[in-house]
Parts: sequence; structure tokens; C-alpha cells
Amino acid sequence: MIESLLQSSAAELTQQRKKAVPVVLSTRIRLARNLAKVPFPGRANSAQRSDVLTKCEQIIGQLPNMKGGYFFDAKSLSDLEKQTLVERHLISRELCDAALGAGVYIRKDQSCSVMINEEDHLRIQVLKSGFSLKSAWRQVDAFDSDLEKTFDVAFSSDFGYLTACPTNLGTGMRASVMMHLPGLAISGHMERVVRAVNQLGIAVRGLFGEGTDATGHIFQISNQQTLGEAEGDILERLGNVLKTIIDHELNARYKYLEENRAQLLDKIGRAYGLLQNVHVIHSNEAMNLLSLVRLAVDFGLLPETSRSLVDRLFIECQPGHVQFASRGDIAPDERDIVRADKLRSEFSNMEALSFDNIEKLDY
Amino acid sequence: MPEKLKCSLCSKEATVHLTQIINNKIHKVDLCESCAQQKGVTDPEGFALTDLLQNVNLDVPLPSPEGCTTSCPDCGFNSADFQRTGRLGCATCYTTFSAQIGPVLEDMHTGLQHVGKVPNLALQRQSNQTIMRRLQEALARAISEEAYEQAATIRDKIQSLKSESVEEPEKSTVHD
Repeated sequence: MIESLLQSSAAELTQQRKKAVPVVLSTRIRLARNLAKVPFPGRANSAQRSDVLTKCEQIIGQLPNMKGGYFFDAKSLSDLEKQTLVERHLISRELCDAALGAGVYIRKDQSCSVMINEEDHLRIQVLKSGFSLKSAWRQVDAFDSDLEKTFDVAFSSDFGYLTACPTNLGTGMRASVMMHLPGLAISGHMERVVRAVNQLGIAVRGLFGEGTDATGHIFQISNQQTLGEAEGDILERLGNVLKTIIDHELNARYKYLEENRAQLLDKIGRAYGLLQNVHVIHSNEAMNLLSLVRLAVDFGLLPETSRSLVDRLFIECQPGHVQFASRGDIAPDERDIVRADKLRSEFSNMEALSFDNIEKLDY
Repeated sequence: MPEKLKCSLCSKEATVHLTQIINNKIHKVDLCESCAQQKGVTDPEGFALTDLLQNVNLDVPLPSPEGCTTSCPDCGFNSADFQRTGRLGCATCYTTFSAQIGPVLEDMHTGLQHVGKVPNLALQRQSNQTIMRRLQEALARAISEEAYEQAATIRDKIQSLKSESVEEPEKSTVHD
């Protein structure tokens, strides 16, 4: 079943129907929800956990929104399968390590997933390509309201939705936007941005969350506070910060281009050349090269349509995906060869870089 | 705009602001450029705020001593578990440990009162379930005490509550 999921032609992040946009890769909003009368997953015994899993699988499977969706019991997934789901941001690393009685429901188009018995009984997530906090909220809110009809949620009038960790209390909502920030990263301004947004209660993390580094100049930016502010206000505040970051990123790109034109175009040209000719490549290097190609698209050096190809490759170059696609147990160095083969073949048909277009850039 | 923060170590103007969670308490420290350099703070991996705090007299709130013996009546979680994991055991823990959680939340969040979405439907259903359970207990008691008149009244209440919760969706559409 996981194969059909990974090869599906309708996945939100890898098979975009909309045009990919500069700077923002994707938007995710997740809600933490718990049952009122059962201990949180960390405290529940195995009988309670498996009870919650069965009950929630049933409730979620009946929601119209999940029609035809995929359900996986975590124990039925291999480590590799779990890893590919993590790389697609459909499950968390915590769920991979969860005790027995954990699972995930994934919507057919992979735009929504519900983890069962992760840190909370339910972690409902809606995932959209591009910058779409409002529509992601509408979707996750509707899903949650639907769920409420049959799910006896733990709620207090003071503290709001009750969660295993007090950091999620209140709305239980974490909105997180994946941003491509090569301008700020290359020009060395990222640290200042991180410090400034931290002051506003906004967290910046690497591609796969806490403690991961920002390969491919990709950063996850999310709200930290969940109590004392309504969902709409949190999202508006986050949205405003993100818009400011987008402005700073674009300014940083143009400024860097103005001051280090040859160096920047050289980086882009080399990245493009490498991707067309590489035979062995590690995922981190691949991510960083792809990042420069995405930047080239934003600068108009490559057609707009190449952007969604890059976004797909950001995911398909991850170790789990490469291993999965090669259908076998291959060693990491072999994986680097398979990855290189894939990149070469994807880039063999790509249009040449039109460096002249840099003159037409309007900034 | 907030006034300029001073360095916690030498009271020059602070430009480096650190936040770290120790024992479930959020600690914020502001440092000037040179103190930050000296303490090796610029390397995010290479320092612990605890080391830093040893030299600064910040009011580090300690867990209340009487709290150490509290345990949750519903799940048996105790305050030491909370201190250790930073997590709670069940929904009731929020009432059980409210005294300890309060200050943690204050540092963590924008406010202490939830102002967002309320699951009215689920709450109504849950409160109906509680009422129903109480009524059924009262009914059983009345029957065992052979108080049949009282039992009949309770049975009527149960019936009306049942029909109410079944009809509710239709009712609301009629009123709209």
C-alpha cells in the first residue's frame, strides 16, 4: 500500500497542480487533540493505546475528508517506509520511535495526515504547497469540527485544548511554513533574522524540525505560543512575519547579486553543470545544488515550470526515497550513485541557463 | 518599542538574547557582544545556559516542596514525573498540578486564558453523557430503595434527554 502512496500521481508536495512560487515551498498547520477520558499516549498502558488506535482509526476512516485514504499501523511499517513518510512530512520522527499502538491516517492526495498516539492522541496536519496559511487553516479547522462530532476531546474553558506537553496548550495549533532562503543564508544574514523572529515568538528550524540543519537553504518557520491568542490572530501575526522575511530574502538576493554578481552566477552555473554531469552525490550536496537551481528559476534564468521539478527533487533526493526507489537494500555509497543517476536524467532535458535574462530582472 | 535591554553580566547594552528551558522553566538572558563572545555563546552547540546562570543571580523559580507529593487521581502521574519529562499524564493533570503549571505557562505563552476555538458540540455531548450517567445512577438507586414515584420522574428525564440529543441536529436547522 505504501508503494501506491509514494508513486501516487496526485501527491500535494511532489506532484503539484498549482504553480510553485518563489521563497515559500509549503505550508503546514497541525492541531493537537486528545481524548478527555484516556491518559495521554506517554502515560497510557498498551491496552489503552491500542484501544485509542482502533477507536481513532475507525472515527477518522469515517470522515468524508479521509475517504479512500491510507491507514498504517506503525508496527506494520519498515524503518525505510517510515523514513520515506518522514521525508514527505506525513509523519514525525517521534512517531517512528513510538511504542506499540501508534499509527497514521493519510488522505488520498497526501494533503492531510492524522497521527494517532504520537505525543498526543491525535495530531491532525494539513499540508499545502506554497504560502497558504488561510486555506490550510480552513481545511484543518473543518476537519477538526467534523471530528468533534464523534471525538470526545479533552478541553478546559481556561486552558483550551489539553495536550500532553504544555507548549501546545490552548489552540493546540502549530503553523509552520517551509521557506527557501538562499539569499539570507549565502549573504550571512540568517542568524540576525532568526534572532529577530525569536523575539516575536516565532521559531526557526531546519528542514526536518528541531536540531536539524538547514540543507538546501530550507528553513521551517513556525509559531511558538499556542495559549492566550486565537488561531486567526496567531496566523495573522505569523503571516506578517513571513511576509517580512520574504521581503528581506528578496532584498538579500538582489543586493548579493548586485555586489557579487560574477560569484553568484558562477555558483548557479556550477550547480547546474554538476547536476547534469554528476555520478556520485550525497543528499546534502544535492539539496544545496538544487537550492541554487531554484534560485536560478526565481531570477528568470530557467523557465518557471522548472521550479516544481526542483521541489519534487528536494524530496526524492532524500536517502529514504532514493533507497525506496532502488527497491533494495543498498549501501549509502551506492545510494549516492543512484541519486546521481536520477539527477542526471532529470536534468538532461532541462533548458540551458539564460544568463542574459539577469539583465531583465526587475527589482 | 520596549526599552533597550541591559547585559545580565555587565549591564552594557545587550545585543544577544538567549532563551533556554531548564527544569521546565524558560530562562531568558540578555548579553552584550563582548560577554557573549567571552562565554562562547555565539556557538549554539557549545554552551549551556545553566553554566552561565550560575554566575548571575536570576530568580530561578524552584518547584514547590509540597508539590513533590502530589499525584494525579486519574492517572497516578506525580509532580516529579512532570519535572522530569515536562509532559503531563492526562487531562486531569492540568487541574492536579495547576499550581506548578501556572508559572510555566506564564513564561511559555502569550496569555493564560484560552481565547481560540471551542468544541461546543463535543462539550455539549460530554456534559449530556455526564448528566445521563448521573440520572441512571439515581434511577438505579431509586429502584433499589423502592421509591417508584421518584424512579418514574427520573425515567421521564432520561427519556427527554435521549430524544433531545437525537433530535438536536434537526432542531437547529428548523430554527435557522
